[in-house]
Amino acid sequence: MPDKKKIADLHFMDARCKLIDLAAFFDRMDRHEGNPDYRDVALRKAVPLLLENRPDRAKAILDLLSDESAELLESAPYQGAFGAPMPAKGGAQ
Amino acid sequence: MVSRTTDDYQKLAIAGCEILCEPAFWAGFDRSSAQGFYDYFRQLTEYEPKRAEKFGIKHYCWLCINPKEADDPVFAREVMSLIPDFLQRNTVLGIGEIGLNKNTRNELTIFEEHVQIALQYDLPILIHTPHLEDKKKGTKLILDALANFSSLQREKVIIDHVEEHTAAMVLDQGYWAGMTLYPESKCTPNRAIDMLETLGSDRLWLNSACDWGVSDPLAVPKCALEMKKREHSAAFIEQVCYHNPARFLSQSKNFSL
Repeated sequence: MPDKKKIADLHFMDARCKLIDLAAFFDRMDRHEGNPDYRDVALRKAVPLLLENRPDRAKAILDLLSDESAELLESAPYQGAFGAPMPAKGGAQ
Repeated sequence: MVSRTTDDYQKLAIAGCEILCEPAFWAGFDRSSAQGFYDYFRQLTEYEPKRAEKFGIKHYCWLCINPKEADDPVFAREVMSLIPDFLQRNTVLGIGEIGLNKNTRNELTIFEEHVQIALQYDLPILIHTPHLEDKKKGTKLILDALANFSSLQREKVIIDHVEEHTAAMVLDQGYWAGMTLYPESKCTPNRAIDMLETLGSDRLWLNSACDWGVSDPLAVPKCALEMKKREHSAAFIEQVCYHNPARFLSQSKNFSL
């Protein structure tokens, strides 16, 4: 199996690019007017997980971005998904 | 492949693809009648195998009404009534991809009725799990529903589109798990390889999507290249990309290499 240096050689630039993209996205959201967006809020909540000393950060972030409710609707109000659970009324839009 | 140009068959053939299986799924819009599905099932069982054959590729399919269009139980049952006649065709592998989309009672009811058809005809099952924030809840609901079918052979069921938060729960219960490689959503090649490294490769397979959205028919060979870069052996890559799907699909009486 490759060592840390080989993995960094393979994937560092890609990870660096995605991290800077995320920072730029937060800057962009802050710069524009409007109400807070629940998807932006959800991403910011996920950031501290990146620095936790654990082997399953990807899983932890996916868990955080998941609908953890248990109840079932009778039928679907719409077909799509948006990447983060919609807040209850009164929360960030 | 119904949504792709013939160029994609050519690219797949050049990349070494010998066999592909295409699940019945959403056409990018809701069909307005069961007759629309009848034509779609004909396309999957008559036209696509011929189109693939021109490039030396065997084309198989799975049949169902997909969960996105299954939220109206009356309509869904009308479509499901068409399926038994098509099951006689020799390129049909089983029932799929059934599952959930927005995790509704209606979707769950139709999912369970599809499982019943699969059991009645002794067919493998391909299961779609919901997108993004709905995936974890939907996967749990699907596993709970399947647990109620005491005669179900779990090794004949593959639960698709797993990610890091759902893969272990699927594998732990004895099912196969599929990792779908997408350029923008679901799973990237390197995350899929991470899961293979941490969860083992016994009942995991990789698939690409060739659908109406942004998707890449060559995602599996590209992932194989990434595996090579990460120093996985040729035998391991062959097992994941070829032998694993062949082992699962061989449980269908219509499948042959």
